[in-house]
Amino acid sequence: MKVRLVDIAHARSGDKGDTANVGLIAIEPRWYDLLVQAVTTERVTRHFQGMIDGPVQRYELPNLKALNFLLHGALDGGGTLSLKTDAQGKVYSTALLRMVLDVPDRQAKELGLPEAR
Amino acid sequence: MSKIVRVGAGQGFWGDDIDAPRRQVEGGQLDYLMLDYLAEVTMSILQKQKERDPSLGYARDFVGAMESVMPAVTGRGVKVIANAGGVNPPACAAAVKAIAEKAGANGKVRIGVVTGDDLLSSIDELIGKGHSLSNMDTGEPLSTVRDRVLSANAYIGSEPIVEALAKGANVVITGRSTDTALTMAPIRHEFGWGATSWDKLAAGIVAGHIIECGAQCSGGNCLYDWQTIPDLANVGYPLVEASADGSFVVTKHPNTGGRVSVRSVTEQLVYEMGDPHSYITPDVIADFTTIQLSDDGKDRVRVSGIKGKPPTDKLKVSIAYRAGFKAVGTLVYAWPDALDKAQLADRILRERLDRLGLRFERILTEFVGANATHGPLSGDQHEAPEVQLRFGVRGEKAAVERFTREIAPLVLNGPPSVTGFAGGRPKVEEIVAYWPALIDKSVVKTSVQIIQ
Repeated sequence: MKVRLVDIAHARSGDKGDTANVGLIAIEPRWYDLLVQAVTTERVTRHFQGMIDGPVQRYELPNLKALNFLLHGALDGGGTLSLKTDAQGKVYSTALLRMVLDVPDRQAKELGLPEAR
Repeated sequence: MSKIVRVGAGQGFWGDDIDAPRRQVEGGQLDYLMLDYLAEVTMSILQKQKERDPSLGYARDFVGAMESVMPAVTGRGVKVIANAGGVNPPACAAAVKAIAEKAGANGKVRIGVVTGDDLLSSIDELIGKGHSLSNMDTGEPLSTVRDRVLSANAYIGSEPIVEALAKGANVVITGRSTDTALTMAPIRHEFGWGATSWDKLAAGIVAGHIIECGAQCSGGNCLYDWQTIPDLANVGYPLVEASADGSFVVTKHPNTGGRVSVRSVTEQLVYEMGDPHSYITPDVIADFTTIQLSDDGKDRVRVSGIKGKPPTDKLKVSIAYRAGFKAVGTLVYAWPDALDKAQLADRILRERLDRLGLRFERILTEFVGANATHGPLSGDQHEAPEVQLRFGVRGEKAAVERFTREIAPLVLNGPPSVTGFAGGRPKVEEIVAYWPALIDKSVVKTSVQIIQ
């Protein structure tokens, strides 16, 4: 089943120099494990291909049911050097939420995941 | 009942709602008002102001804020802590003193002034002694931009603020204090936490992180369920109710808009997060993977369980330097084929700049409405009703200035269906860039002066 990340998680992003961070938070705590399993560093690297120059790092925060991604080389130099509209990475969070996950039907049903419209 | 210390945020950055400090002290019970004015490049703006006039160099909004909260400070004993001093805390203190005198509050305002974070005048001495002040991100030594440095300030922690409070200050003005120390320091002072109470200090830092961006934890900029967040026009700024054991509740005053929930607080916790295991501050390293949040009633979130560990022997230094010039020009193209028209205009513009022999460090084109923030993830936008061509250049002043004359001609001599150029030529801006570095803690000596 196709599941849109925007239907199962919320997010906020910010910057540190030329690195954007995206904190991805499960809307229902029981969906956190799926995020850990499906929204991997590799998957996020592929997702942002052509948008960032550097590597992606991922940290797990099971206490907050959240993952934190660092997207290096995401901000055209960052800070005041950047020429981007989103020079401070404020809406990278929403770009991550465009991801669509393939979840086995049984798991999706067990977790009560909303199906992609 | 055990003691509770209430610290409220009234300003998340220089430019935030100027009425928020007054609303924060008048809307309910509060012990400390915390005002954060400094972003990464603010210090350099203030340094430029100080160069023009030695009595400036601080966040002048703070003087107005103090005027608006003076009755609460002198009448109800609310204390104020702000990093509004910028690169000139003594001048900021003098301005506040003048306001106090005007308000007839002589003797009721004791201002604690924290200095010692400003390293600008000692940069060469420091480099001479072997402190390279290399860029933390790129590794380059500061010598590569030394002649263009505008300001240099160490991020300092809670100790001088605690010292000022212990000396009886009811208004504490600092320069480049960390944002989080402004909240942690009064809690630490009230409960007498020692310099090695790692878990409690870390809890104070987390409290600071949650409220340092003002309403961003109480419903502002909150993505989760944003449509139902009530009355953002009257959004309540956050406050923490801290307990002696390090736990605290995040809340806001009654009869205010916005929302404090586990989800709104979680969004703020992950904001600008790096490695969550090591949130490094001058006082302590906080471990964000130990934070426990729970619902504590309407607009109340309890925060507990936080662990901390000893800090490093370094302080971060915020250095600002001149880094050339930039300008951004925009034009709006309308359907049909809005994106194609904007893309053609981009190609024409690049060819013209090339023919003029102009060279830039960087040219960036974005198509706002089509892909500016989501890049290739945006999908097909060829049917968009309008697309804004946003064309930015960075480089030497002469080239950037010449570029600004190349936008308007496209209105008559480029692709059709173009509008939205009423603003005139793009503005040329000098870039002041940020250079993060580290320095040995032992080099930075802060001091506290009390002015009555």
